[in-house]
Amino acid sequence: MAHKIRVLIAKPGLDGHDRGAKVVARALRDAGMEVIYTGLHQTADMIIEAAIQEDVDVIGLSLLSGAHMTLFVDVSDLLKKKGIDDVILVCGGIIPEEDVPKLKKEGITGVFGPGTPCETIVDFIKKNVKR
Amino acid sequence: MIDEKELKKIKNSKIEWEKNCYIPLKNKHPERKEKFENLSGLEIKNLYSPDDISKNDYLKDYGFPGMYPFLRGIHATKYRGRLWTYRQFSGFGSAEETNRRYKYLLDHGETGLSVAFDYPTLYGYDTDDPWSRGEFGKCGVAISSLKDMEILFSEIPIDKVTTSMTINGPAAIVWGFYIGMAENRGINRSTIGGTIQNDILKEYIAQKSFIFPPEPSMRLIVDTFEFGYKEVPRWNTISISGYHIREAGSTAIQELAFTLGDGLEYVRWAIKRGLNIDNFAPRLSFFFNSHNDFFEEIAKYRAARRIWAREMKNLGAKKDRSLLMRFHTQTAGCTLTAQQPEINIARVTLQALAAVLGGTQSLHTNSMDEALALPSEKAARIALRTQQIIAEESGVPNTIDPLGGSYYIEWLTDKMEEETYKYFDKVEKLGGVIPAVEKGFFQREIAEASYKYQKEIDDKKRTIVGVNEYKMDEPIEIPILKMDEKGEERQINRLKKIRKERNHQKYERNISRLRKAAEGDENLMPYILDCVHSDATLGETCGVLREVFGGYKEPAIY
Repeated sequence: MAHKIRVLIAKPGLDGHDRGAKVVARALRDAGMEVIYTGLHQTADMIIEAAIQEDVDVIGLSLLSGAHMTLFVDVSDLLKKKGIDDVILVCGGIIPEEDVPKLKKEGITGVFGPGTPCETIVDFIKKNVKR
Repeated sequence: MIDEKELKKIKNSKIEWEKNCYIPLKNKHPERKEKFENLSGLEIKNLYSPDDISKNDYLKDYGFPGMYPFLRGIHATKYRGRLWTYRQFSGFGSAEETNRRYKYLLDHGETGLSVAFDYPTLYGYDTDDPWSRGEFGKCGVAISSLKDMEILFSEIPIDKVTTSMTINGPAAIVWGFYIGMAENRGINRSTIGGTIQNDILKEYIAQKSFIFPPEPSMRLIVDTFEFGYKEVPRWNTISISGYHIREAGSTAIQELAFTLGDGLEYVRWAIKRGLNIDNFAPRLSFFFNSHNDFFEEIAKYRAARRIWAREMKNLGAKKDRSLLMRFHTQTAGCTLTAQQPEINIARVTLQALAAVLGGTQSLHTNSMDEALALPSEKAARIALRTQQIIAEESGVPNTIDPLGGSYYIEWLTDKMEEETYKYFDKVEKLGGVIPAVEKGFFQREIAEASYKYQKEIDDKKRTIVGVNEYKMDEPIEIPILKMDEKGEERQINRLKKIRKERNHQKYERNISRLRKAAEGDENLMPYILDCVHSDATLGETCGVLREVFGGYKEPAIY
């Protein structure tokens, strides 16, 4: 049996906008992936801990508050610090064009802004998972 | 309105028309779709005529503006007397920067203020709290102290302009800062006007900036109702909000039903406390969304007025003022597209027009760049101008409720009312609003609706111009607002100074008195104001309540 892709959808920090995270969680589940949703108000530590516990292939971060350059980078830094290199990091939210290359440089390989069809995210994950 | 005999004649003629005109043409040239539906998924017929209207007693079901059941409006003169308030929701960065934006907007003809706070403020944390990391001034302005509030309103005539504040969990404290700020300027609290959102139920349901569990949160809200009518009588102590429910993905019908349901729940809690409904009800206000389906939005506002008036009467309200569903509207942020951002101006115009035709008391029009970042000055000005064009060029405000009597609008109004009562029944069967929140009922309903909406867009069953049709591959050239990078440091230094220089004895005494009062059942507002006047910060004051009341964790449902 093929490996079922496991995804952690996480909401770092205080941002309460969870519509996008929930829609994406459902779309990934409908595409046959195993999805774990952390709920709101997660620290970088909590997110990485959950990712290890759940043995996920993908961490999807969502923020609409504008704090992505700090809070997403906290997660990617911690991931690197822990030496985890088989998990891909993707993100979505209100992210200005000029921040996209900066986030990619930090190791967040997929950045999905408003208006992205769910299928684009599904395809990206399928193509890029490392295991 | 039309007698039975006449109605029968119309019905028969309609059958003839369908048979002889409509169906033959439809067979020859099929319609664009098999089935026409509005955004809530209601099937929309080809034509509405008098036989579609279920309510037929004009004086009882429609009435006149300013008279029960207030379907046609809450004022007898409406916009002919006074236009709606141009109230642009705004806030970013430090208090200094937002103060400059407020002056800019007032200089350009804005008539009311509306404060957007950043996330730390919304959760009752000071800017130097670890939880505030990365969030300073991002989603709104950071206000951690009375001093910040004074800077925010510096040189703004708060005795003339009213201020709405989108604050919920720590609403009582932030309202305390505003009252304290006014008093320090020599303005009596009984003369200031404005609104605190203070609607915790929709936080659990949709916006998610809750702090405490439901029970103590409801207690704090009833405290503000009581303190408000006694001490700050021109203040709207709550703005019962559907806006965020809709933004989280609900349909218009869910927005209407959940919001009014929340409103009635607050009234029941206040009555249970022993407050007289006619004392606090006149200061209850509402806040709705205006989304893309033009007529559905208009029908929603009209239905809300009629349902609210009826239900408040049922709960024992005697004064007319207690029956009025007064509301603010904001155009739907979730409909803005990052693609081809300029076309958002057209979306916002239609949404704003729907709000005006629905009789809104005040209005926020979104800026075209908000799917990308906080609005730039120019984008915010165009949004304000959009309202001015509707108000002063279009002629729309010349008569009251101009769409009243439209067969389609009246049918839709009745239908939305009927669907709302079905939701009221469902919630009652679950044990009421709070048990339904704890069971995740609203959250699940909204998640279903938002997923359906997204799927329709992804499957191209619903067109979003520029997103799934009429796409262009071009770089997005819109200037993005840049914030003062020194703002955070400046505010943190200010906090340090306040904590060092305040009268420590007075501070300690008032903080411990607040703690004691919170453990009991007295009204907390006077204790909060004492803390405000002892320079307790937001995080410190809210921290005491957190310790006494505990926190809240929601069920993570998707």
